[in-house]
Amino acid sequence: MDTPDSGGMTPLGRKTAETGINFTSTTRFSRGLTFIRTHTLFGQSPTRRIIPQTSLLQENVDPQKIAFLLRKQWTLYSVTPMYKFSYGNLKEYSRLLSAFVAAEKQKGLAVEVGNDLGIKVTLSTLLGLKGTDQDQVAVLVQIASRSQLPFENAENKVVWSGWFCCISGDDLLESVPEDFTCLSLFLANGAESYTAIVGSWFQKTFDCYFSRLTISPLNLAWMAAMWTGCKVDSHMAATELVFSVPCIPQSLDISYAIHSEDAKALWDTVQKTPGEVTQEEVNLFMDCLYSHFHRHFKIHLSATRLVKVSTSIASAHCDGNIKILHSKHLIGVLTLLTELAISQIQ
Amino acid sequence: MQQRENAKNPKQALQVRRSSLSAWQIGERTAGPKTADLKSAQKHEKGKQQSASDRAGNSTQDHLEQALTYFERVKDYIPLKKNEVLQKHLATVESIALQRGLSPEGLDVLLNVALSGHLADTVNTRILKCLIPASVIAESSVVSAVSWLCVGKCSGSTQLLFLRWLIAMFDFIDHKEKLHALYGFFFCSLQDEKLCPYVCHLLYLLTRRESVKPFRVRRLVDLQAKMGMQPHLQALLSLYKLFCPELVSITLPAKMKTYFKNSESLWKAAINTIRRRNQGTSPTSQQLILGTGHPQSRKRKWNTQLILPACSTDANNPTRSKEINHADILSHSESFPVEQLHTFSQLLQNIHRLEFPSQMGSVLRNSLLLHYINCIKDESIYLRLYYWMGQTLQEECTWYKLDNQQYEEEFKDFLDIVYKTECFLQEGFSSCEEFLYKSLPLWDGFCCRSQILRLVSWIPLSSFSEMKPHLCEPLAQLFFTSSLYFKCSVLESLKELLQNWLNWHVMQLDVESDPKISPLNTTLSGLVNSVAELIHFVGWIATVALHLENNATFLLYFILDFYETQHSCPSLVFICVRIQRALKSLPFVHSFRYRTNLVAAKENELIKKTILQFKFSSQTYQEYNQYIMAMVGCLWTSSAFQKDIHPQGIRLDPEVLKKTRVQEVRNSFNIVHHPALMGYAILFLQQAWPEDKTLNFNLIKGRRWNWYLEYLYVQGLQGLKLFIESSINRVSQVSQTKSGNVQV
Repeated sequence: MDTPDSGGMTPLGRKTAETGINFTSTTRFSRGLTFIRTHTLFGQSPTRRIIPQTSLLQENVDPQKIAFLLRKQWTLYSVTPMYKFSYGNLKEYSRLLSAFVAAEKQKGLAVEVGNDLGIKVTLSTLLGLKGTDQDQVAVLVQIASRSQLPFENAENKVVWSGWFCCISGDDLLESVPEDFTCLSLFLANGAESYTAIVGSWFQKTFDCYFSRLTISPLNLAWMAAMWTGCKVDSHMAATELVFSVPCIPQSLDISYAIHSEDAKALWDTVQKTPGEVTQEEVNLFMDCLYSHFHRHFKIHLSATRLVKVSTSIASAHCDGNIKILHSKHLIGVLTLLTELAISQIQ
Repeated sequence: MQQRENAKNPKQALQVRRSSLSAWQIGERTAGPKTADLKSAQKHEKGKQQSASDRAGNSTQDHLEQALTYFERVKDYIPLKKNEVLQKHLATVESIALQRGLSPEGLDVLLNVALSGHLADTVNTRILKCLIPASVIAESSVVSAVSWLCVGKCSGSTQLLFLRWLIAMFDFIDHKEKLHALYGFFFCSLQDEKLCPYVCHLLYLLTRRESVKPFRVRRLVDLQAKMGMQPHLQALLSLYKLFCPELVSITLPAKMKTYFKNSESLWKAAINTIRRRNQGTSPTSQQLILGTGHPQSRKRKWNTQLILPACSTDANNPTRSKEINHADILSHSESFPVEQLHTFSQLLQNIHRLEFPSQMGSVLRNSLLLHYINCIKDESIYLRLYYWMGQTLQEECTWYKLDNQQYEEEFKDFLDIVYKTECFLQEGFSSCEEFLYKSLPLWDGFCCRSQILRLVSWIPLSSFSEMKPHLCEPLAQLFFTSSLYFKCSVLESLKELLQNWLNWHVMQLDVESDPKISPLNTTLSGLVNSVAELIHFVGWIATVALHLENNATFLLYFILDFYETQHSCPSLVFICVRIQRALKSLPFVHSFRYRTNLVAAKENELIKKTILQFKFSSQTYQEYNQYIMAMVGCLWTSSAFQKDIHPQGIRLDPEVLKKTRVQEVRNSFNIVHHPALMGYAILFLQQAWPEDKTLNFNLIKGRRWNWYLEYLYVQGLQGLKLFIESSINRVSQVSQTKSGNVQV
């Protein structure tokens, strides 16, 4: 994965250099897609990432909504740019999506749009959830089912929720025409059948494509390093890495927990420039942890596969599940995830 | 009956025998008179069908015909017991229907016989259970079947099963107008207590706003009073209320878990099998692109089902519908929905008001829309297609999956469609190109081979520096380590690639001539360099392949094919010297073709040079001239292996030459001694000096050399003629009009 020439491309730092290949020479039949190809080809992992300094949320943020996003297990998806999505129509979308969900749920039966269907879908914006000003506003989708008991109509129970965002996704944004809305990262919590219904509605309506976003061991290592380096004021949970050994008949999981202070101390000795992380530093950090483990247990963790990372900032599983614990670092975590999502769709 | 017959090919005819045997065997198995055995027999049968798979699936049309004819002729009651003929035909129908579905005509016959009451109830049940449409169900068959219900010949259980069948197959009925006319009849059947739930369901499906009448509402309310709160009645009432709230005043519970009993279950599995067989053609599959109700979605992730989106206009997106309204005001015409687009003339008439489908991926199956795309310059179309295709390819690529067996066929089909589209548009998709770059390094060279290699041929002409690491290197690795056949396939697809590039290049030149739309002048030679690099690459792998495969003739055929294509390319002559060397020891045909190639290249160059005034480096010309000189040296002046003109070297050490123990090495490749031409030389000698049996080749020189040359020309070696006349300036001959680059 060493790609020295892919340069210091970070989602936050502006694009430093083009890929060196002159794509303007690709004269595709005058209707080509030359504009797409300005990014690094094939989502090569950057060798250097910048830790966002302004990891604070913007002022117009709704703290309740943000709290709703935290401490939940989200399943990650990447979404290609949505065609003709309009923020002005969220209400209309809510109405249509409600009908669609209801129709899918009771297949074959008539459903009237706008009627009370026992299910209510709400699309709303998540203001303030932005890395840069250019980022498009995040969108929250919630499915609430009406309470079973008719007299208790005050509370609607949220049965499923999902949200789109794109934090510091300038790279993609610049390359896409106006008709498209880039909300490349989608996070879902709730029954997969709902995810399927909502996802297919978005796919049909905005001609986009949802794919599960899995996280490679390399990126998990990045997360381990980057999140270890983050300052947390309150309670510090242990940093835990889970490794999987592919052995027969059952795979073996090795959990490796480190006091977060110790991990931080180690990281501080590894990191050269504050606010910036390089691939070598990540490798070095992991190697240190590996050799420590080997000294005690005589097991080479480098030969296993990193499947899960959990820190006091967030936890991530290679299957593409994430739980964010700290609102202060929400933007930072989402920035990295957005970058991964964008590299998957390009 | 004949019109029911599909066109049969010889292959089918061949297979009839075998499958008839298997059908017969099934017949025997199910022949047990006890109906209790029926289920296990059917199960057995299913397993058998799967194992027999395509072998049996492709044919048996004859048997089906026979069976249908038999059923058509049934006029009186026929018992099942000890009736082997009936059992045989029944088994045939069952096995074929569950595998492939039945044609509308077949369904008509079987529906008629099943409801006519001529057969035992068990037979009727079996027939109804296997009435799986291959495409659609004709409305008329349904109407005539319903008319049998009025006669009252069939038993209640058969009627009930028919209703369930009708509900399950509702979406397959081609028209529903006449069926709607029977609304009153169905409504009357509500009084039958057993049928009532199913009739309600059917009415639910049939009800339109105009079907809701006060007397019907009253009737339903009465029924509900009589039977109690039945979910099916409530469903129908709530639908009535939905249509006409003013007519239905009673309150209904707002939420109901299930209104109707499941009618589909009996046929669901079979329908899905058939649907998978002709994916995308059945009317229901178009509605269920990603639904959770789809049985396959359980096994796979919901969003990775490889079904091309159906072509439909988007009514969901208000942003877009608004736009349409806006357009209405301007053009005074409604937009034309893609669903209604069936003919080319429709396309022409409505091209100004055609809407694109909501999911751009659906154009792949619609050649009319591809035509439309071809004349529209809207980058959002390509972007939508780009994202959709890129993601689909990535998600579906079988060599990333563990259990790829299952999906490989699907993926192959998809790649085929993509390839066909590229051919249609005469343009490669960039998403496809990127997919190849990403995936080829991980490819085993086996999975979907022909599809992948065909896609390679549509990689757009672009910078070679990108193509080299992502395509050429992995491909070369596979190339060297794979079979001869694979090597040839790769060469073939690279030839196609070159062809496509050159075609594109020519088109680009046309565009270039218009200065307004050519901002690309500066990069043109860059593109030519890419072509040159490709040819170099092929030269390299072809040379190695010739070594590896001991100059296999088959391989040479493909190499020469490639070089023949190359000649449409202006002023690029990059033939690897080693290939030349290999070619020299070739059988006649190749050698001849090779020479033709070379000459054709030269001809081409002369023409193009004057037209285009390309600024090619003089090095290119030098190199070319060196090749010519080497060729002339071999064929004409008998000075092979003398001069070193190429880094790879054409000169051989005298020491090495000595080791070959060939006498007179220098002239061993001239037109007399060349292995490819020696046959002619012998014939020439025999004709010129019939009495001389020693075959003294040295006799051919001076004037006789010229005669010999004439003799060769007469033999039809036009390529040789062209080559010699254009490359060699012969002092003695006046007739040479074309001046060559080489002075001898």
